[in-house]
Amino acid sequence: MTDPVAASPTASVGSAHAEVLHDIRSKILRAAADRMPLRLRGGGSKDFLGQGFAGELLDTRPLAGILSYEPTELVITALAGTPLAQIEAVLAERGQMLAFEPPSFAGAATVGGVVAAGLSGPRRASVGSVRDFVLGLGGMDAQGRELQFGGQVMKNVAGYDVSRLMCGAMGILGLITQVSLKVLPRPAAEASIMFDCEAAEALQLLNTWGGQPLPISGSVHGAGSLVVRFSGARAAVEAALGRMMRDHAARHIPEAAAVQLWADLREHRAAFFADAGRALWRLSLPSTAALGPLPGEQCIEWGGALRWLVSDADPAVIRQAASAAGGSAMLFRGGDRGAGVFHPLPAPLLALHRRLKQQFDAPGIFNPGRMYTDL
Amino acid sequence: MNTLVDSAIRHADFRAAPDADRMREVVERLRGVLPAHSVLHRDEDKRPYECDALSAFRQMPMAVVLPDTEAQVIAVLKACRDLDVPVVARGAGTSLSGGSMPHASGVVLSLARFNRILELDPYSRTARVQPGVRNLAISEAAAPHALYYAPDPSSQIACSIGGNIAENSGGVHCLKYGLTVHNVLRLRAITIEGEVLEIGNAALDSPGLDLLALLIGSEGMLAVVTEITVKLLPKPQLARAVLASFDDIVKAGDAVAAIIAEGIIPAGMEMMDRKTTAAVEPFVRAGYDLQAEAILIVESDGTPEEVEEEIARIDAVLRRCGCTAQRVSQNETERLAFWSGRKNAFPAAGRISPDYYCMDGTIPRKMLGRMLQAIAAMERKYDLGCMNVFHAGDGNLHPLILFDANDADSWRRAELFGAEILELCVEYGGTVTGEHGIGVEKLSSMCVQFSPEELKSFFAVKAAFDPQGLLNPGKGVPTLARCAEYGKMHVHRGQLPFVDLPRF
Repeated sequence: MTDPVAASPTASVGSAHAEVLHDIRSKILRAAADRMPLRLRGGGSKDFLGQGFAGELLDTRPLAGILSYEPTELVITALAGTPLAQIEAVLAERGQMLAFEPPSFAGAATVGGVVAAGLSGPRRASVGSVRDFVLGLGGMDAQGRELQFGGQVMKNVAGYDVSRLMCGAMGILGLITQVSLKVLPRPAAEASIMFDCEAAEALQLLNTWGGQPLPISGSVHGAGSLVVRFSGARAAVEAALGRMMRDHAARHIPEAAAVQLWADLREHRAAFFADAGRALWRLSLPSTAALGPLPGEQCIEWGGALRWLVSDADPAVIRQAASAAGGSAMLFRGGDRGAGVFHPLPAPLLALHRRLKQQFDAPGIFNPGRMYTDL
Repeated sequence: MNTLVDSAIRHADFRAAPDADRMREVVERLRGVLPAHSVLHRDEDKRPYECDALSAFRQMPMAVVLPDTEAQVIAVLKACRDLDVPVVARGAGTSLSGGSMPHASGVVLSLARFNRILELDPYSRTARVQPGVRNLAISEAAAPHALYYAPDPSSQIACSIGGNIAENSGGVHCLKYGLTVHNVLRLRAITIEGEVLEIGNAALDSPGLDLLALLIGSEGMLAVVTEITVKLLPKPQLARAVLASFDDIVKAGDAVAAIIAEGIIPAGMEMMDRKTTAAVEPFVRAGYDLQAEAILIVESDGTPEEVEEEIARIDAVLRRCGCTAQRVSQNETERLAFWSGRKNAFPAAGRISPDYYCMDGTIPRKMLGRMLQAIAAMERKYDLGCMNVFHAGDGNLHPLILFDANDADSWRRAELFGAEILELCVEYGGTVTGEHGIGVEKLSSMCVQFSPEELKSFFAVKAAFDPQGLLNPGKGVPTLARCAEYGKMHVHRGQLPFVDLPRF
């Protein structure tokens, strides 16, 4: 079955992007020869993320365009600099979506940046993360060579999974030039409910529900209330809604308000994220973990597996608490970034990271220091 | 050649046998770190390990070790590193690509004794298991809590979870529930240096590069896994299947696309061609429509309300797409009967032919019709029959080429037949292996899918983990020299590859 969307944009994008790639290659080769770092950047929506961000700018936005999109194949392939908003609009026309709900912070995100940063939104706990939807990508290494890994099919075990390795790598292994992502149909029905409860009770409920066939597609707890979203077949959503109203005296949030609420959460426009002056921590923990008492306010997502923390506490104390709970802590925004942003790695893993960096980017030109110092 | 490539191709010749002195030296050393009963070196003891489920490829190893503890695994790996001995990790030996075929001068490291479920926590919906645990055993242990482990390769009764990690195994439900990589949270693995790596954790994200994704599907070439934490999912309350007949295989392919276009992700969507139903029906008596050119099995699972709604939608699409007959399973017995033929397609092939050779390419779904026509032409070209079964939902093909292993020319033609199918998969925008892995079997086909530069990136990954090239050497990634040989006869992405490479 050939789809009209598939063929049309490809040809015109093709020749234009060859020229852009040529310019990018020259820049990379020059940087490699001079051992001068390059700062890989799309829309700059995640400039705040990570540590150290030096070097000459390599803007991926000229490398833009959707190369192919075939709704019945559930795959979209786009150049790295393509705006996320454009991709989501094209998918929405066909009733499909990027199910991992990547944040587009201020609307400027590109699809390459989405993959490089590896951030996922509210639906992550139920459908998977960015890397779960990466089917393949094209990249350019420090020798200016174009490389393709993975592909456009769902199942592919030929060679090591370099495309998923590049996902969330913050650009330290090489430049992403294009990506192929699995897409999913939008759910037939969606509804959200809300009721008051304390954090401990919310964690207990979310973990219990996680083991039951409930179509949960998002959850957030903050300031004494729990909001849960259900997605799927109409009958299943209605059944879940009925159960929540009966068992927890939950209120059904009107559709428009619910859409707004999840979008605000995903984009960090919600009130919890408003205090720009204080450090925002992102704690990735086992969903059942009881986090020891930490000063500050918490917002819990992903059925308990993601805890946002606004806190002035000593970074060492926060990291220690996250480690003790079986997870990790990342300084997401603000705070003292000089002391490291990502959770420290155990020595054997750090050594392996160094060897991978050395193998993939021997001259050390791609976003050095963005993830960890000297990587 | 630079050191990068060297590390990847050292020991790549797995047929090179050691002399008696070398063998004595290695066995002595292994006996120093393991109890005597854990080191097998006599031919009669090693014989069961000479091949995996791809029995056309066999090789006796120098020795087989069966450690009981992680400390012993570490000691074995260090000993092998010191003596420069290749190590082939092995689970249940069900690989269909020769992934665990031994190395003549190497040691087979069997993880069969690592067969315990260490922890199963229904509250966090995770299980911590050893690599030798059978895939199905995890779901069986989780069943009392109404949970299960989702990936279900057809060998799940026998295959080990460690082997699933090595191959990134899928199954018939992975369109909806994902592959191994989507269902594993954490690995504990030992490097060839004997160093312990904790990769991932019980949370959803972990810091640093995604080494979990890198290790899963790496065919035992980067590290040896000793412990795995998997996700468990709530067991769907109900599953029902629709069995639909089509008088034309392209129409059946279009129906698959139409179901997806409708916004439905079925729990499973499988296709069998007429030759397959003819072969399996006498065997399983599932009541398949033997007049149909193709049949589709489409499954829906979830709550009773969900299933009812989805089955009605699937049914409507199938009718619209011109199916000639369709039945919805009315009970669990009938649903399992629908599946029985699909699950028994491989043994049925073994029943109508002395041997069969299973391919595993994946293509974009829209190419299904063209692929089937091409395979029909190849049947005539190679004078061999082929039964076609597909994971239609994700475009993963399992053509079963029928041949006779006692006839050398028949096997030669089967190999060429298989290679031609895989090349077509690449040409159609797909891959040479969807879930069985490269192993030794599809090394040449890798040369068709990847450029020399891309292969060098794989060598780079290998060198970062295993600079001496000791873990499962000669598997997964072909040497450039092999590709140069293969490339003399083949065309890569429209160009002759490797024209500048020295031949050696």
